[in-house]
Amino acid sequence: MPSLDNYKGQTPAWCPGCGNFSILKTFKDALVELGIEPHQFTIVSGIGQAGKFPHYLKCNTFNGLHGRTLPVATGIRLAKHEMLVIAVAGDGDCYGEGGNHLIHAIRRNINVKLFVHDNQIYGLTKGQASPTSMEGMVTKNQPFGVLSEQLNPLALAVALDCSFVARGFAGDTEHLKGLIKEAINHKGFTLVDILQPCVTFNKINTYEWYRQRVYHIEPDYNPEDRVEAFKRSLEWGDKIPIGVIYINNRPTFEDRVPVIKGVPLVRQTFDASKIENTLKEFY
Amino acid sequence: MDYSIKIGGEAGQGIQTIGDTLAKVFSRAGYYVFTHQDYESRIRGGHNFFQIRFSDKPVTASREKIDILIALDKESIEQHEKELSELGQIIYDSATLKQKHEKSYFLDIPFVTLAVEHGGNKIMANTVATGSVLGMLGMELDILLAIIKDTFKRKGADVIKANINAAMAGHDYAIKQCLKCAFSVAQISKPRMLIAGNDAIGLGAIASGCKFYAAYPMTPSTGIMLYVANKAREYGIVVEQAEDEIAAINMALGASFAGVRAMTGSSGGGFALMVEGLSLAAMTETPIVIALAQRPGPATGFPTRTEQAELQFALYTAHGEFPRVIFAPGTPEQAFYLTNKAFDIAEKYQIPVFILTDQYLADSQWTFDSLDLSKIKYTDYRLREEVFKNLPEYKRHAFTENGVSPLGVPGDAKHLVVTDSDEHDEKGHIVEDAETRIKMVNKRLFKKLPLLRKEIEPPSFYGHSDPEIVITGWGSTYGVMKEAVDELSSNWDIAMLHFSEIYPLPPTNKFNYLKVLKNAKMTICVENNATGQFARLIRTETGYSFNRLINKYDGRPFTVDGLTGELYALIR
Repeated sequence: MPSLDNYKGQTPAWCPGCGNFSILKTFKDALVELGIEPHQFTIVSGIGQAGKFPHYLKCNTFNGLHGRTLPVATGIRLAKHEMLVIAVAGDGDCYGEGGNHLIHAIRRNINVKLFVHDNQIYGLTKGQASPTSMEGMVTKNQPFGVLSEQLNPLALAVALDCSFVARGFAGDTEHLKGLIKEAINHKGFTLVDILQPCVTFNKINTYEWYRQRVYHIEPDYNPEDRVEAFKRSLEWGDKIPIGVIYINNRPTFEDRVPVIKGVPLVRQTFDASKIENTLKEFY
Repeated sequence: MDYSIKIGGEAGQGIQTIGDTLAKVFSRAGYYVFTHQDYESRIRGGHNFFQIRFSDKPVTASREKIDILIALDKESIEQHEKELSELGQIIYDSATLKQKHEKSYFLDIPFVTLAVEHGGNKIMANTVATGSVLGMLGMELDILLAIIKDTFKRKGADVIKANINAAMAGHDYAIKQCLKCAFSVAQISKPRMLIAGNDAIGLGAIASGCKFYAAYPMTPSTGIMLYVANKAREYGIVVEQAEDEIAAINMALGASFAGVRAMTGSSGGGFALMVEGLSLAAMTETPIVIALAQRPGPATGFPTRTEQAELQFALYTAHGEFPRVIFAPGTPEQAFYLTNKAFDIAEKYQIPVFILTDQYLADSQWTFDSLDLSKIKYTDYRLREEVFKNLPEYKRHAFTENGVSPLGVPGDAKHLVVTDSDEHDEKGHIVEDAETRIKMVNKRLFKKLPLLRKEIEPPSFYGHSDPEIVITGWGSTYGVMKEAVDELSSNWDIAMLHFSEIYPLPPTNKFNYLKVLKNAKMTICVENNATGQFARLIRTETGYSFNRLINKYDGRPFTVDGLTGELYALIR
């Protein structure tokens, strides 16, 4: 069984007090409790403060380009679906640059676990608005305040019939750990949007701001009711729900690709002897 | 004998079906065949044609003179009547075209009426036309009938019977009515293989153990994906139509990272979207093969036409400095072998390798005796399962003598496979220090470059052994240039240099092509683009400047007659 020591990675380069620290610690706790060893999974990340995440624990890592986590993760899953594949991205990364990929990963229902560290701001580029920044937020780059409406990733995911939709909060680690475990155990594409305070650049959505607003979704809530899920996903403002918003157990993409039904692609040996026969089709 | 047949009409009239069928009849009969297509960016209407040349001697390009024109619409006659050879005949159905031609070289064949009377349905008019052509040529119907049986196997005996009757009706009609037909075909028996450029790349990928192909449809590259998708079940290949080209290349990189041979393909505009992914492949040293099928730009350009204007794009695109290899096959046969070589080099050196083609090669069919599978190389360079497990330690980007680090399959062993688009250390973790940076650039770029150069084969040389005139080209112009050399060799000491492995430029130690150029009185670089991109590459890399350039940028391929004419004008 793995222990926390197995997950000791590089020293994080995040700001002191960053919400990413508690997400990292909680993530390691969840992996240890699930008994998953570092070599048994791959994290695909993009660019942004969240993109550095896999370096700070130990695992197979593809730290690719800004916005492109999901296509890489999809390629890995299709080649080797025996391996757990986790995608870690920020709000700019996943909802801005990679928005199209999110839509289509949800449609495919590729069995990738997506965790979005949503701090409602661009951290790595020093404080510009992100797609989830609230309307009116003034930044150095948005001197008139954010003019576009705030993106609602959960409502988007429910509208697309995403297999698993949840929201966590970096300041509520026990609850977040449960969500991480549930997402990893779920079969299908999972989106866990994690509210993550940015202590340096986001002076609105602080720990305190979130703490006053988040509440646990009640135990008798039925996450399989899509209309209720959509209603719940629209809640934002004085009350912000955290927990599993929506579950839909539809077949995964991997289950539906006939070629990889039995053996993962990477385990299928290449049989060159058949080519001779194929050549005959050209006569 | 050397005959050319052109089938002209609107999109959706079945031009390609007639063309493909006739080309197959000729190749099965043992003739050398060359076909090319000219079509518009539309599904119905417009004017398209399919041209077939067949001979008892090797043919590698189309001729401008037509011996039989099958006119399925009026425009075919308007556009192509002037291309008729002395023997030439135009066949058409006056009832369909609603016009009657009295000139002696017109033969009115009631395709539709014969189809209804003998096949029971007017949709068999094209089968009647196909049978008619064989009748005009004095060829038997046996091969066509066998093809019909094959094609309609799934549709049942009635459909087969009806089509056979339609073909026979056309055949009989042509024999009886074409009093002016003076064609005489040689008797050959050994069937030849008939294959198009895109299919050859797809087949080459499959024969190289490609397991993953992700792309977004874009003319003229789509045919490669279609071919591989058709073989996906049989060969165990995942083919994914991605949401965009950005996703396509990133998916292919993910699959390659996870341990399978992966490929993507596109044309200029689509490939433009893949460019950051190309750079990612370089930084993470993830093997990938990219088919780039050129079409005229800028922007959407001529979507269905041909040009060789993406050479510089393929050469220099993407941020940062890294090694890449570019192959530009001149024939479907070269496309097959070079696709195999692309997979081998990509994996051996963990770099991106391009197969650069264009619409002309993608859609052209050529005949070959066969493809030699013993030439196919398959070496698995990845560390898998037991071999990987037994390594005492592992660093994905370890510094090595030749710059190539061990390529482990993540999850196969306890060793972690870590890679990063940021500059990284040997283990794959992000670094900022100058010393590691220099060592990594040296490893990725400078150590691999000399090894890559050694892999590159020299250009092919054809013609006079000590030429006064050397024409040079690359990629799809091979066949046209070769025939132009044949045409002109009685007048001048002329030869051709054709490059199919174009970057890194071939070293001169195996064959000193620079010396051939320098010894010639006149050197001409022939390119299907406006500015002479290859000539510029040669000058940049070697300092050698061609005396003359011949450039064609009307979106159409060179023809033998056209190129010969331009060469005459230059050389005189």
